[in-house]
Amino acid sequence: MQTVKMVVTGPFNAGKTEFIRSVSEIDVVSTERRISSQAERVKDTTTVAMDFGRITVDNDLVLYLFGTPGQRRFDFMWEILSEGMLGFIVMVDSTRPETFKEARSILETFRAYAPTPYVVAANKQDIAEAWELDDIRIALRLDKKVKLLPTVATDKESVKTVLLELLYSILAEMEGEGE
Amino acid sequence: MALKGNLRDFTVTQLLNLISVAGKTGTLVVEGPNERVIVCFREGKLAYAQVGNDSQSLATVLHRSNKLSAAQYRAIAERAGRISDKELGLLLINARYVSQQDILASLQTHFLGVVNRLFTWVEGFFRFENDIMPPDDKITVRVNLENVIIEGARKLREWEQLQDEIPSLEMALKFTDRPGTNIRNVNLSVEEWRVVSFINPKNTIRQVATATKMNDLEIRRVVYGLLQAGLVEMVRPVGTAPLAPGQVAGLPQSSKEEQKSLINRIISRIRSI
Repeated sequence: MQTVKMVVTGPFNAGKTEFIRSVSEIDVVSTERRISSQAERVKDTTTVAMDFGRITVDNDLVLYLFGTPGQRRFDFMWEILSEGMLGFIVMVDSTRPETFKEARSILETFRAYAPTPYVVAANKQDIAEAWELDDIRIALRLDKKVKLLPTVATDKESVKTVLLELLYSILAEMEGEGE
Repeated sequence: MALKGNLRDFTVTQLLNLISVAGKTGTLVVEGPNERVIVCFREGKLAYAQVGNDSQSLATVLHRSNKLSAAQYRAIAERAGRISDKELGLLLINARYVSQQDILASLQTHFLGVVNRLFTWVEGFFRFENDIMPPDDKITVRVNLENVIIEGARKLREWEQLQDEIPSLEMALKFTDRPGTNIRNVNLSVEEWRVVSFINPKNTIRQVATATKMNDLEIRRVVYGLLQAGLVEMVRPVGTAPLAPGQVAGLPQSSKEEQKSLINRIISRIRSI
């Protein structure tokens, strides 16, 4: 049995756990804890080690989706999770511009870990306050070649699109068209 | 219990505050990843500092602060032999080359420079050895730590922000291909021009820092400015990717066709979810 993995990363409360939950065939193995910090009390729990989802491709191949912890104090896990990844997805909460700087920093950190393809998923695009993609691209200083995709992490079709776009980038990389 | 620990748990700013408030006398030794810094305090005030085992001679410090000319410095180095800093200081004052104030101000700047280096250290072990002071032949100063701590806290904040923006110095820089951007029309400082002259996707930021003799904080400061201005962007350094062309990390070592087939299988599966 072959296994490959993709990593879903991004700032705290960007929607990584929801994203994996939408497509995983198993209940996401989530190591969540109640949040103690007042500043980060946007939701009740947060991922402290990782989320873990699974998609069985066929009898010989399994795709694992790993979600990184969003809070910076758990960033020691990032490098471990990034080892051997096929590619990564950076999730950004489109409604919280205060997290964009953090998202950019996470993106640069992961780019430094491995030369793998990546896409940026602008999550919560179904909410009225969501920033427009063009504005998010400028705020994140994303090159026009980097795929920035409108996403709703709770919507399976939307999540599938993000995963497929990442896979298309991986194919393009194989053809030598990548970054 | 001895005052010792790791900078990850207790920052330099916190250490200096503790030494200042407790009015401690002794020597703080900080072992970083690449070098060791020794700082001495008398009654909670900065007295002396040196990097590694290299205690800069008074003549070198005065020359660096432009209080001694190159010729005077050479003459001292050739003729003074093993004369101590205190003796040399007296000689220079008596010969009216420098004043006592010049000596103390130059040493103070030098010692503060050493302490300032510490503020960007996030890794390293420290220990404070009570009542150990520099050798008697060294000239010491008395600098209140309050301003040093405030300046250090500012540097630490700036350092943290810059590290968020530029997490890795192993990335390279390339000029953006935005139409209408002409670097010749931008007002850059000397430091920025020095960095710009080394910008090439083959050079990592760390290599540029080494070539331009900048420390981690200085190079991040310059690169951050260039990034903010949209003049450059970060890329993976050319020629250092560990993968063969067309190969993707995380895939088993197999032929390109087999790898493509594997990706296509995943694509088909995800489409069918």
